[in-house]
Amino acid sequence: MWHMSVEILDAKTKDKLCFLDKVRTYFFSSYPQWYPARQSIRLDPKGKSLKDEDVLQHLPVGTTATFYFRDLGAQISWVTVFLTEYTGPLVIYLMFYFRVPFIYAPKYDFTTSKHWVVHLACMCHSFHYVKRLLETLFVHRFSHGTMPLRNIFKNCTYYWGFAAWMAYYINHPLYTPPIYGEQQIRLALIVFLFCQIGNFSIHVALRNLRPPGSKTRKIPYPTKNPFTWIFLLVSCPNYTYELGSWLGFTLMTQCLPVAFFTLVGFIQMTVWAKGKHRSYLKEFRDYPPLRSPILPFVL
Amino acid sequence: MLHRFLRGCLSYSVSKRRRKYGGVTALVSGRHFRVWSPCSFPDSVNLTATVVQDQTPLRVAVMSAAAPGTSKAAHSDVAPKRKKGPGALATAYLVIYNVVMTAGWLVIAVGLVRAYLARGSYHGLYYSIEKPLKFFQTGAILEILHCAVGIVPSSVVLTGFQVMSRVFLTWAVTHSVREVQSEDSVLLFVTAWTVTEIIRYSFYTFSLLNHLPFLIKWARYTFFFVLYPMGVTGELLTIYAALPYVQKTGLYSVTLPNKYNFSFDYYTFLILIMISYIPLFPQLYFHMIRQRKKVLGHVEDYSKVE
Repeated sequence: MWHMSVEILDAKTKDKLCFLDKVRTYFFSSYPQWYPARQSIRLDPKGKSLKDEDVLQHLPVGTTATFYFRDLGAQISWVTVFLTEYTGPLVIYLMFYFRVPFIYAPKYDFTTSKHWVVHLACMCHSFHYVKRLLETLFVHRFSHGTMPLRNIFKNCTYYWGFAAWMAYYINHPLYTPPIYGEQQIRLALIVFLFCQIGNFSIHVALRNLRPPGSKTRKIPYPTKNPFTWIFLLVSCPNYTYELGSWLGFTLMTQCLPVAFFTLVGFIQMTVWAKGKHRSYLKEFRDYPPLRSPILPFVL
Repeated sequence: MLHRFLRGCLSYSVSKRRRKYGGVTALVSGRHFRVWSPCSFPDSVNLTATVVQDQTPLRVAVMSAAAPGTSKAAHSDVAPKRKKGPGALATAYLVIYNVVMTAGWLVIAVGLVRAYLARGSYHGLYYSIEKPLKFFQTGAILEILHCAVGIVPSSVVLTGFQVMSRVFLTWAVTHSVREVQSEDSVLLFVTAWTVTEIIRYSFYTFSLLNHLPFLIKWARYTFFFVLYPMGVTGELLTIYAALPYVQKTGLYSVTLPNKYNFSFDYYTFLILIMISYIPLFPQLYFHMIRQRKKVLGHVEDYSKVE
């Protein structure tokens, strides 16, 4: 197999630091079809990709550094993907809520449901995705600028598909409201709102760990906000609260497709939480031992 | 700004050399690109560009690795990943499993032949092998477990998909819709499955015992040319035959309103399954053809020893 090796030889020792993003820039100028975001530069052909913040002099190389290049394929920015995948469910759900033609029987076009829980569910669902969009624009600080282009098709299919499936049944003319009526809906709403606030608090706490424009990683700790005290028991409480929100929504609507969506989301978030937890443990020697990845003591 | 200045310097130096020397094509991670060489080494290519940064020159040399043979030696410090095979106990278990499955499908084959000879017609042969077919085809679910545990190196998802599609046809179509059991299409896919599975399980058995006769290997990677289309045709015709009965009886279907706010139409689901064959079957078929070239391809260079 052919490898492209880039050797950077110092003609004179100097104190000036050479960040790896410069290597990417040099490479890009020689090969304009590979913009920096799609270059994976590594010390070993099968090793991990090096980051832009890595400093050449601090890498385990001698006076001669050999890097290996790998093309990551077409890339798209995280912000773009998030905005697209969250706007879809917002719009799609509202289309079903307003009973746009060709979804249900023609006599139901542009009618509204007689159940107040359906209106409540629409408000909750829309609030959730508006919150996500605003967080993407103003709260989140992303470690990576980009992800592979094919992810946008995969992610949008998932979010948009599930949103349509859920919205179809909740806004259906033959929708059956929850068995335990007002009690069930009230409890579900409390759980949902509690977890939404919790999820937002965690996002803000994580943002404050990181100075603007930086990609540093630190251990998150509980702050003055009671919603962040869950950091004592969980590594990724944003996922815990997200699960809680969707459980609340499932209870509120008593709809099996919503339960499926919650389950699939939970499985994916658990995989992510376990990965994050593992990388925290690897990176920090003094990581609090009491914490579980996503569910306190359990998972 | 410094970056742009540097980029300008670098590209200027590169373009100067481009005009001076010819090009050599190199392959990096599957993509071709041209590298310009100021020297005439056949095996390695050198490009040197001078970049000026704060008046201190930084030499950037771009080299491509030598031919595949030598590059392996150069990277010998990277520890080769050794593929972990199953342990002795796992191998023994797998041999037993594959022998039992081979025997099971042989029973089905013999059952079909005997029933045909006894009745004198193809009609209704399904009933004579219904029980062993259900037992051994369902038993194949163990293979998903083998992949999940790691004693078999295949992908869990792929194996799961293949096994569940067979189990689906056995139970959710043929068993559930009684009216299709006397259809000839059932015989078509049962025959295809039987021949395929006998060859496949004996292939695995011999492979595990490291004594694979060439005939079995050849059969596995050749018979599929006919058996795959035959099986797919039988399966599709059977599902198609089941459709009217499913629609009439509302089999496995759930309608609104209900307290779970969920609905499922098995009739539409079966149609979607049939449509899914269109993208999936060619992929599997061409995958087998590629495997065949890989496994049997080199045989044409040597004479058969076995």
